[in-house]
Amino acid sequence: MSFTQFQKLPAYYRWPILAFVGIVVLALVQELTGQGLLTSTTTIQTALKWAMPILIAGLGGLLSERCGVVNIGLEGMMILGTWFGAWGTLQFGSPWWGLFFGILGGAMGGLLHAIATVGFGVDHIVSGVAINILAPGTARYLSDRVFAQMDGGSISQSPRVESLGGFTWPVLAKGPDLFGRVERLDWFIVSDVFGVLRGLLFQMSYLTAIGLALVPISAFLLTKTRFGLRLRIAGENPLAGESLGINIYRQKFIGVIISGGLAGMAGSLIVLDLAQLYRQNQTTGRGFIALAALIFGNWKASGVLAGAVLFGYPFGLSLRDLEGTATRSLLLVIAIALVVVMVWAFTKQNIADGILAGTVAVGSLLFFLFTNTAPSWLPGTMPYVLVLLVLVFASQRLRMPAAVGLPYRKGGS
Amino acid sequence: MNTSWTRRLVLALAAPVSAFVFAFLLSSIVLILSSYNPIAAYSEMINNAVKLESIIDMLNEATPLYISGVAAAIGFRMNLFNIGVEGQYQLAAFAAAVIGAKVVLPNGLHMLFVMGVAMIVGGLYSGLAGLLKVTRGVNEVISTIMLNSVATLGIIAGLFPRFLEEKADGAVGLGTTPLAETAWIPNLNGVVQIFTRDIVKGRKLTGILVVAIVVGILYHLFINRSRLGFDVRATGMNPLAAKVGGVPSKKMILLAMGLSGVVAGLVGLPDLLSKSHSYDQGFTKLRGFAGIAVALLGRNHPGGMVGAALLFAFLNTSSGVLQISKTASSEIVTIMQGIILLAAVVAYQMVAQVRQREEIKAASEATGANA
Repeated sequence: MSFTQFQKLPAYYRWPILAFVGIVVLALVQELTGQGLLTSTTTIQTALKWAMPILIAGLGGLLSERCGVVNIGLEGMMILGTWFGAWGTLQFGSPWWGLFFGILGGAMGGLLHAIATVGFGVDHIVSGVAINILAPGTARYLSDRVFAQMDGGSISQSPRVESLGGFTWPVLAKGPDLFGRVERLDWFIVSDVFGVLRGLLFQMSYLTAIGLALVPISAFLLTKTRFGLRLRIAGENPLAGESLGINIYRQKFIGVIISGGLAGMAGSLIVLDLAQLYRQNQTTGRGFIALAALIFGNWKASGVLAGAVLFGYPFGLSLRDLEGTATRSLLLVIAIALVVVMVWAFTKQNIADGILAGTVAVGSLLFFLFTNTAPSWLPGTMPYVLVLLVLVFASQRLRMPAAVGLPYRKGGS
Repeated sequence: MNTSWTRRLVLALAAPVSAFVFAFLLSSIVLILSSYNPIAAYSEMINNAVKLESIIDMLNEATPLYISGVAAAIGFRMNLFNIGVEGQYQLAAFAAAVIGAKVVLPNGLHMLFVMGVAMIVGGLYSGLAGLLKVTRGVNEVISTIMLNSVATLGIIAGLFPRFLEEKADGAVGLGTTPLAETAWIPNLNGVVQIFTRDIVKGRKLTGILVVAIVVGILYHLFINRSRLGFDVRATGMNPLAAKVGGVPSKKMILLAMGLSGVVAGLVGLPDLLSKSHSYDQGFTKLRGFAGIAVALLGRNHPGGMVGAALLFAFLNTSSGVLQISKTASSEIVTIMQGIILLAAVVAYQMVAQVRQREEIKAASEATGANA
């Protein structure tokens, strides 16, 4: 199968194939460097957990941008989600209430963004930046009023909250534990693939399950329903939609509010699943990484998932990797990936891309060869560097919704 | 003629005033809901603000905010969103602290050298985002935000432990080696005291205030009086028309992004040249994001941003007195800042729409009269 044929496959075929190739590369590097963290069940679990906020917020960005509104305020809406997620749990005694209020808190941020951008026609980035400044201040103020009065809470932190919990898939990952058996056989690559799969199914948190389910749901919603069609026309050609009698304002309002709700859900997921408490600056820019995942995923739900996994992986790995050896191995993975990019660019006669990819690959390889463990700052920086690297090579081939970011006034005035 | 002039003034002031009133009302509601007395809180803030020492605090706070605002505004003028002032100024200050401590230069020259290093590093780091945009099409909002994290979590966090001060007794300090006194900028207390009483309580008005004023004037001359500034504004208003008119858009992006970073490099200087004289754990952060707020609130206008920086500085310096007097939670000021900002951008947009409608009406009347 040639590469052009591969590119014509639907996204939901392409991404699993690429994921498989990715696991093979990780397994190869694992063999070479003799360290087992890269595809171990625990690493995959952590990576998946850390990919979820990026995924869900990225889907939020998808719904907003598909209806034509750039949502740089995702970060702020996530912060509202973290606060309300913790508060709902503490106030009503159940993490499900926390999730509910987290979604509601994010949706309020979305409503604010919609009022400013759609209602008043404010520049989308300006409004988003304003929300990103307002949200942390609000969360801090509310923490001072609420969490600081509680036992174990302070202005920057809430008391511990209960986790949502999860479940292990029967047969495959527990009981007969078929995947686990294959993983323990230690067959090259096969065991790695099953290690990854078992990591997905073992003690899967409910929120991870919901997040993964949201990918096909939002894809279906956007491409197969009347609602999705109307949403997309608001982002592609609002005036044409208007001529067909669609209330574009309404579509945009709905899209941006759902977007905020999803960002809030992503925020409460960080609280309920990852940290089990609210902390200031807990989102660490993941709202923006979600936007990068959206761009990388070419404004498609399955692409957002791929981006989220790609960007969540180094986050998860850095938590497991206390000596820095696994992150060092990741440098080799990056070098290999860049060599692939280089070869691909040269076959496409894109000399500049090829040379750039080759140079960075050599740099990454040298970094790998001349260190024994990654320096302490590398694991925490890797996700951001990876986002930059990916965008450097992916930005030019992408197609964003035609009318995204443009102001829309009814009647075209 | 006179009526149109007053009308323009009213329109120009309508937005900030209405935003302020709205924020005032909303903050009062928030305060009442949290069972504080808003009147007591506001009077406490104002009583504190009229003291000479508080004014010095306010000016010291407003100085870096204004510089940061100008840095963001240079990009905003051509619809280029440099969200990376935060990382640029921290990296610039760190580099300037390290390099500045290693050189020996005469008084004054040393100070200029430190400033120069900070400007160059800031400009190069923001230029990287510009380069990624023009050569690789990477959206500058995402790239500058990622570069923020790379600078603070990566470069500075990685290099900081290597450049810690080694004291005479062999102990390791908490920050970089302090700059020699030749690099300190003189404070302006003497100038202020000509007009007022002596400044007490150890307050010192930073000399960087002069730098901020110079930056503001240069920004005004560049944007409003220079050929390049005209190109910047033209690109911002209508990129296609500017391109057709012969403005090289890629060069403009690199220029605006680079200049924005050069100015951003100056944001960390009050700490470096007149406060701690080194980059340490307590180095003031988050001024980059506050600068974006100042630019948005001041409409990228050199004068407007002065007001915005002073307002934000007033709110920041008031937080302490609210805490001490227990009239309100000190965090209310960050909410006020957020509300003012959001209300202001909405109000500006509404006024712009009113203006546009009037222009269309005036134009149609004029052409109708001629026909």
